[in-house]
Order: sequence, then structure tokens, then C-alpha cells
Amino acid sequence: MNRNLIIGSTLTAVFLLLAAASFFWTPYDIQSLDIPNKLQSPSGGNLLGTDHFGRDILSMIMMGARTSIAVALVAVGIGMAIGVPLGLLAAARHGSLLDELIMRGNDLVFAFPSLVIAILITAVFGASAVNAIIAIGIFNIPVFARLSRAAALPLWERDFILAARVCGKSPTRISIEHILPNMTNLMIVQGTIQFSLGILAEAALSYIGLGAQPPTASWGRMLADAQTLVSIAPHTALVPGFAILLMVLGLNLMGDGLRDWLDPRIRVTRA
Amino acid sequence: MIRYVLGRLISLVISLIVASIVIFAVIEVIPGDPAAFMLGVNARPDTIAALRAEMGLDQPVILRYFNWVTGMLQGDFGRSWTYKTPVADLISDRIWVSLPLAIYALFLSTIIAFPAGIYAASRRGGAGDITIMGATQLGVAIPNFWFAMILVLLFAINLRWFSAGGFPGWDNPLQAIKSLTLPAIALALPQAAILARVMRSSLLDMLGEDFIRTARAKGLSRRQALWRHAVRNALIPVLTIIGLQFSFLLAGGIIIEQIFFLPGLGRLIFQSISARDLIVVESVVMLLVFVVILVNFAVDIAYAAVDPRLRTKT
Repeated sequence: MNRNLIIGSTLTAVFLLLAAASFFWTPYDIQSLDIPNKLQSPSGGNLLGTDHFGRDILSMIMMGARTSIAVALVAVGIGMAIGVPLGLLAAARHGSLLDELIMRGNDLVFAFPSLVIAILITAVFGASAVNAIIAIGIFNIPVFARLSRAAALPLWERDFILAARVCGKSPTRISIEHILPNMTNLMIVQGTIQFSLGILAEAALSYIGLGAQPPTASWGRMLADAQTLVSIAPHTALVPGFAILLMVLGLNLMGDGLRDWLDPRIRVTRA
Repeated sequence: MIRYVLGRLISLVISLIVASIVIFAVIEVIPGDPAAFMLGVNARPDTIAALRAEMGLDQPVILRYFNWVTGMLQGDFGRSWTYKTPVADLISDRIWVSLPLAIYALFLSTIIAFPAGIYAASRRGGAGDITIMGATQLGVAIPNFWFAMILVLLFAINLRWFSAGGFPGWDNPLQAIKSLTLPAIALALPQAAILARVMRSSLLDMLGEDFIRTARAKGLSRRQALWRHAVRNALIPVLTIIGLQFSFLLAGGIIIEQIFFLPGLGRLIFQSISARDLIVVESVVMLLVFVVILVNFAVDIAYAAVDPRLRTKT
């Protein structure tokens, strides 16, 4: 175990627990407004203060953690579920037209300014958490496709793969049974990094009103609401900002820590 | 080298064609009737018909696509439905905010990242390295729009050093630069953090190479070997990241321009999307993608010019 991994996984675990706890209990009900009690600074009654509707900010952070984690996690899932098979396929048919097509397709997705496209998708199809997930997920596909191809190519040169081929296994079976298990570490580490980028992207999208819609709580929209209040009630902007910062920091540290712990040789790119 | 450039050029053209088809499809085909989409549910049928005629929607899709592409090649980006002016004019107005902002942010990010990365690499494992790496972890994790809010709170509202937003135009260059400073800092910080990390790891790779040991064996001090040999070679991966960051900064200013009320391309896209002015959205997105692809192409070529080994790699 190393320091990065301990700090990172602790921070991540705190947010996961907050999100999980919100299914059963939050200090206050975030659906009920309490206008007379609005914009209170942090105190014994409301540990992190209240917002412009008098809602308890700690409760909003807990519910928002759920939204952020759900959106980012599914977006990573989409990226892995489509990207990894594409990368494996490209590696199995290395040098073929298919390989070339997959890799050029990847380059093309990278060429699109991701935020612009995410805004476009949510604008054409409507703003919702689901469309935010799709918009973020699409940009995870080439990341995993490229990484899994790069990881699979040297594996294909190894003797145990040759042995499997001599046994008559098809490239598909070899990819699933031998290549894939040998690159899970790498995928876990990159998955953590993409997870943290997903949290940031979700916050950005919901900040400009294109993510999860009210009454679903989200950190990005809490910041958008706080924008005009920042000079009278700074805690409304500071608390959600620190939540995003700490969650992303935790995931990044955990990713770095996992990388060193699982395999010191592997390198992960942070796009 | 010529073969390599030609190959890259062909792939550049193919990328542009595919990108234009994707953008056209997302904007003009998927919503069904773009005219009805732009005008919303309460539009009168004759307004929709007028817009359909203006956009040429009665023509077949293929023809519309070709008209759009050939128009752009001649500098005709269509007419904005909400602004009632040619999109090309809108773009040429806004580019003088977005482009200087991107360059300013890139400049800041580079002058922060280079010394930080080089210092961290030369003191590997020391207190300075650990502090800088810790700071970059924070820099990568901070959402830039939140950082922008904090900057406004500190420097515009509390200290009153800068205005909280707006852009006075280039008639007064000093004022213009001043009004771009907070946005540029907000944009630059996360990029500087990434760049410093790349600079550090690239430099550490170089310091482990044989030619550095040779240089040291020939009597160069650590510092001399670092500056004369390692830094120059370490710049190659750093340059790619700078290329990528430039296009990111140009397109990624949307939210920052929104926060600081800067009349740039990002704000134009955002307002056009809100106003459902698809003609503007389509052309500006295409322009941004074009710039990104072009910058990547330029980086590839610059790379191959610097390092002949890369010409054979695909």
C-alpha cells in the first residue's frame, strides 16, 4: 500500500458512503423548502449551511454525490463496454483495414471538442442526466479502445498466446480468455481516471443547465445557483466546489496509487 | 518526408469530410425538421415554411450537404436566423476574443508549467518536487468554472482589481488584456497542472537516457546536462500536449466565456444553442473541429520534422 492509494481511496470511500447513505437518510428533506431559513451559514443545525431556498446543503451534497457518481460510473461503463472490444478487435486484426478504420475513428472522436459536442447532444436531444451520460460516455470510447489495443498488441507476441493459437483457439476466444484478463489492471486504473474526468464533466454540464434536471440534486447546478449569491453567502459556492475538488482529487490519487500498487511499469495517460 | 506529409494530408482531408458529415447529420437530419426544431412548438406554420425556404430544406439532403460544404469553402457560412447577419461576420467578430484568450491562457500555462516541471524533475523526490506534484494534483482536480467563480469573488468583488466580466473591445488594448486576465488564469490553471506533469515525466525519462550519462562523463555538470541536452529532447512530448491544449482552450472557453460575459465563439455557440439557431451552431462547431484537426496535423508535421524516426511510424 502507498500513501496516494490510502488518501485517495479514503476520500473516494467517504463520497461513496455519503451517496449510499442518501438512499436511506439525509439530515433534512431536500424537496421541502424553508425560505425563512435561507442562506444560513454553517451551524449546529445545518452543518454546511442552507441555500437560497433554505435547503440543507449537506443533504444536497449527499444527493448530488449520488447523481455525480451514477452519471460518471455509467459513462465509464459505456466507454469500457464499447471501447475495450473495439481495441481487442483492432489488436487481433493488427494491420488490417478494420484496425485502421477503428484507429482513424478514434482519432476523429478525439478531434471533436468534447464539451462542444456534449452541449450539442444535450441541446438536440434535450437536457437530462441520461443524455449527459451518453455525451460523456461517447468520449470515453476512444480512450479505452486505444488503451486496450496498445495493451493487447504486445500480449499477442507472447508465447502463451502462440500456445493458445496452436491449440486451435479462435482470435475471439484468445482475446476474451487470455488477452483481457492480462489487462484488467490497466483498465481499472484508466477507469478510475475517466471516472474522475466524468465527475468534472457532469459538474460542468449541469452547471450550464444541461445535466440532471431539478428536482434531482447535482453539484454543478448547486454552483450555478450559487453564482449570483457568492458575495453574500460564499459557503453556497465553496461547499459544492470543494465536494467536486475532493471527489476528483480522491479518484485521481486512487488511480495513481492503484497504478503503482498493481504494476509499477504501466503508464496511464490523462487526456 | 514528402511521402509522410502527403499521407498525413490525405488523412486530414478524410477526417474533415467525415467530421462534416457527422456534424451535418447530428444537426440537420436527426432533429427531423430543423426549421420546426429551431422555431419551437408554438411556431406558426407560415413562419416554419419561410425558414424552411431560407434554409433550403425543400432540397434533398445530399444537395443541402454539398451546398453547405461548398459554401464554407468559399467563406459563406450561411445566415444566422436569430442575428439576421452572415455567420461569417459573427465568427470574425467573436474570434478576436476567443483566439487572444486561448493564446493568453496557453502562454500563462506554459510559463507556469515549464519552470515547475523542470524544477520538480531536477529535484526528484525532494520537498520541492513533492510540493509541485501535490499542487498539480489540486490543479487537475479543480473545476475551472468554480475556480473562475472564486477568482471573481476574490479579485473582482473583494479586492476590486479586475472587473467581474465583460469585454471593452480592442480599442484600448490594455483594458482588453486586463479583462481577459481572470478568464485566462481560470482556463490556464488546470492546463498548467497537466503540462507540468508531462514536462516532469518527460524530463525524467530523458535524464535516464545514455546520452545524458555520456554528457556527464564528458564533464558537464548535472545542471549543464539538464539544460543543454535533456530539456530540448523532453520538449517533444510536451509540444504535442501544447498543441492539444491550444485546441482545447479555443473550444473549451465556452463556460469561462459564459461566466465572464465575454463575447467569444464559445458564448456564441452557447447562445445559438439556447436560441436553437442551428445554422450558427453547425458552422461554428465545424470551424472548431477544423481548427483542432489542423492543429493536430501541424503538430504531427512539426514532430516529424524534428524527429525523423517518427516519419515511419503510423
